[in-house]
Amino acid sequence: MAMTIHVDVVSAEESIFSGLAEFVVLPGEAGELGILPGHMPLMTRIKPGAVRIKRQDGTEELIFVASGLLEVQPGLITVLADTAIRGHDLDEAKALESRKAAAEAMTNRASAMDYGRAQAELAEAAAQLAAIDRLRKRRH
Amino acid sequence: MAGSQEIRSKIKSVQNTRKITKAMQMVAASKMRKAQDRMRAARPYAEKIRRLAANLSQANVTEYRHAFLARTKAEVIKRVGLIVVTTDKGLCGGLNTNILRLALATMRQWESDGATDIRVTCIGGKGLGFMQRMGANVISQITGLGDAPHVEKLVGPIKVMIDAFRAGELDAVHIAYTRFINTMKQEPVIEPLLPLSGERMGTPERDWDYLYEPDAQTVIDELLVRYIETLIYQGVAENLASEQSARMVAMKAATDNAGSVIKELQLVYNKARQAAITTEISEIVGGAAAITG
Repeated sequence: MAMTIHVDVVSAEESIFSGLAEFVVLPGEAGELGILPGHMPLMTRIKPGAVRIKRQDGTEELIFVASGLLEVQPGLITVLADTAIRGHDLDEAKALESRKAAAEAMTNRASAMDYGRAQAELAEAAAQLAAIDRLRKRRH
Repeated sequence: MAGSQEIRSKIKSVQNTRKITKAMQMVAASKMRKAQDRMRAARPYAEKIRRLAANLSQANVTEYRHAFLARTKAEVIKRVGLIVVTTDKGLCGGLNTNILRLALATMRQWESDGATDIRVTCIGGKGLGFMQRMGANVISQITGLGDAPHVEKLVGPIKVMIDAFRAGELDAVHIAYTRFINTMKQEPVIEPLLPLSGERMGTPERDWDYLYEPDAQTVIDELLVRYIETLIYQGVAENLASEQSARMVAMKAATDNAGSVIKELQLVYNKARQAAITTEISEIVGGAAAITG
């Protein structure tokens, strides 16, 4: 029997693949990586591309990943796939957008953090909830 | 009979309300199941990245110290960032009230402890509205995440906070969200996010290091940003599950209440009707008695 290595491909939102493999090909940042069982510990970024996993029975599994991180240990390969297409400029644009939206909404805000008013508002909401609770109990 | 007509239309309207709350209850129940699945689906990634971060936090202390790791210990925290996760919609019981109350109390505590600059990132419309009304310094926001939150949407608002921390403008970043315990119980919590502490990430089993490609710094940078995003995403996913279950419970209560209101109104209506009939009969009897008399 050939040696095998455990492969996990996960994204932040779901687990994509988990199982044993004889050989795995990944799109590493510095070029294609072919990994066999017993590989030394390695950590690298991966580029968008296909992850090819050769199973024990000879069948192949093809998974496309946007990008992400790869961790290799002698008996274990972990692919942390990104769910989104990432890039420094893209992230920057998103951050800018979010900041702008916040700034726009802030233009008509009160001058300083008003704890007294905040507390009053929360107390009112809490009192309403308590009243509803009491009303319910009385009915039953 | 004018009174009974009014009561009848009132009953009708309460019945309609009950229909709506019942429908919302059932929708929330099915969404809750999906939200819980999503929460569970995010777990393997979180576990793996936590293990990686644990390995890193130990392996690289000498080689490269990342900005996210604790700089100096036990210093007075003057500038704080808070990420507040709330829902977009209401009608979910005291969920948002509870988390905002906790956030407010904590912010006040920070201020009395000497914090001079508190910045807020709002995830969810309810928290945003509240923080704006209260005049908090909201530096970034995201609303309308919907029922299936994507990490992609969170990247922008989080980056604003992370960048501020990285630039040394903030001493610490915390996250406030509602933790999902079970269908009946959700708990508002505030957890520290940055700086990362070694204990939080755990310790690796043994002493060894990776081979990094292209180099340790780049890889660690990427990993830690993702680690933070994962923690926040998990908070958002838990918050969503909490929202749906809180809504389900609140709508169940509303449906039950509508039921008992209808019952009471029905009783009043029947009484009014009976009174009207009794008056009518006694009038007829009185009239007949007068004729035959």
